[in-house]
Amino acid sequence: MNDRFNLYRFSSPATFYPLAGKMIPWFIAAGTLLGLVGLYIGMLVAPTDFQQGEGYRIIFIHVPTSWMSMFIYLVMAFWAAIGLAFNTRLSGMMAQALAPTGALMAFLSLWTGALWGKPMWGTWWVWDARLTSELILLFLYIGYMALVAAIDDARRADKAGGILLLVGVVNIPIIYFSVKWWNTLHQGSSVNLTKSSMAEIMLWGMLLMALAFWMYSIAVALARVRTIILERECHTDWVRAELTGGKS
Amino acid sequence: MIHWNSFSDFLAMGGYGLYVWGSFGVTALIMVIEPIAVARQRKTTIARLKRQLRAESRSTEA
Repeated sequence: MNDRFNLYRFSSPATFYPLAGKMIPWFIAAGTLLGLVGLYIGMLVAPTDFQQGEGYRIIFIHVPTSWMSMFIYLVMAFWAAIGLAFNTRLSGMMAQALAPTGALMAFLSLWTGALWGKPMWGTWWVWDARLTSELILLFLYIGYMALVAAIDDARRADKAGGILLLVGVVNIPIIYFSVKWWNTLHQGSSVNLTKSSMAEIMLWGMLLMALAFWMYSIAVALARVRTIILERECHTDWVRAELTGGKS
Repeated sequence: MIHWNSFSDFLAMGGYGLYVWGSFGVTALIMVIEPIAVARQRKTTIARLKRQLRAESRSTEA
């Protein structure tokens, strides 16, 4: 009984709001540090790729943004499942706070991919399985945001959006395995758990950049969820106190 | 340690300058604009909620 009480307390917006506020500076600091070291290694130290020349350096943002675009979607689907199963208020807010960042990551993945494809493949875009499924991911993000924005009642919006997220999650393994399942123009993954086809220094640069993007996404989503909490919980005493107290 | 011989080498990116800097530039731009947009949204939301709160308390007093 006691455990249960704690779990509810933890997922309550009133407890999460100040906690998020305290965590944001740490994620900003970690993201900046990791990003600077990652850029230093990736842009200044790492050698030229023997096949792709200096153009390969695009992967230092292309891979992290692509990973984040898929990972953020999975986290949103997780929150949607929690929200639908336990009817928790915070989960819908979390999913909403993550959506714009996920959409931007999907956009950046496509944008940097196009800029890589032009010199390497000779084309900005092809209707290849990997590229098309990533484009669908961007549309899923946009569709989710539009759906949630179109429904006035916040709890209903969470439910409808949550179902969309759970249905769309099928697209994530399609993106991930597309390079294996189909004959794609997109190259196979150069990193997996057991072996990597990249030089070690390049791999380090990429992993550091991936962590930096991760920290950035968490920081910006936490900042966004704080505003959503204030807006949705404005009828409660603690938000009123927060507003009249002048604290941010 | 540093891979480049000169700053202009670095900018040229072995002929891939447009593509590499086009990728990094747009990413940097988005990572500057998004936090600014979030901060702005927060400011306007707080101002609106405060206005609502004042309006409510006036109507209950009256």
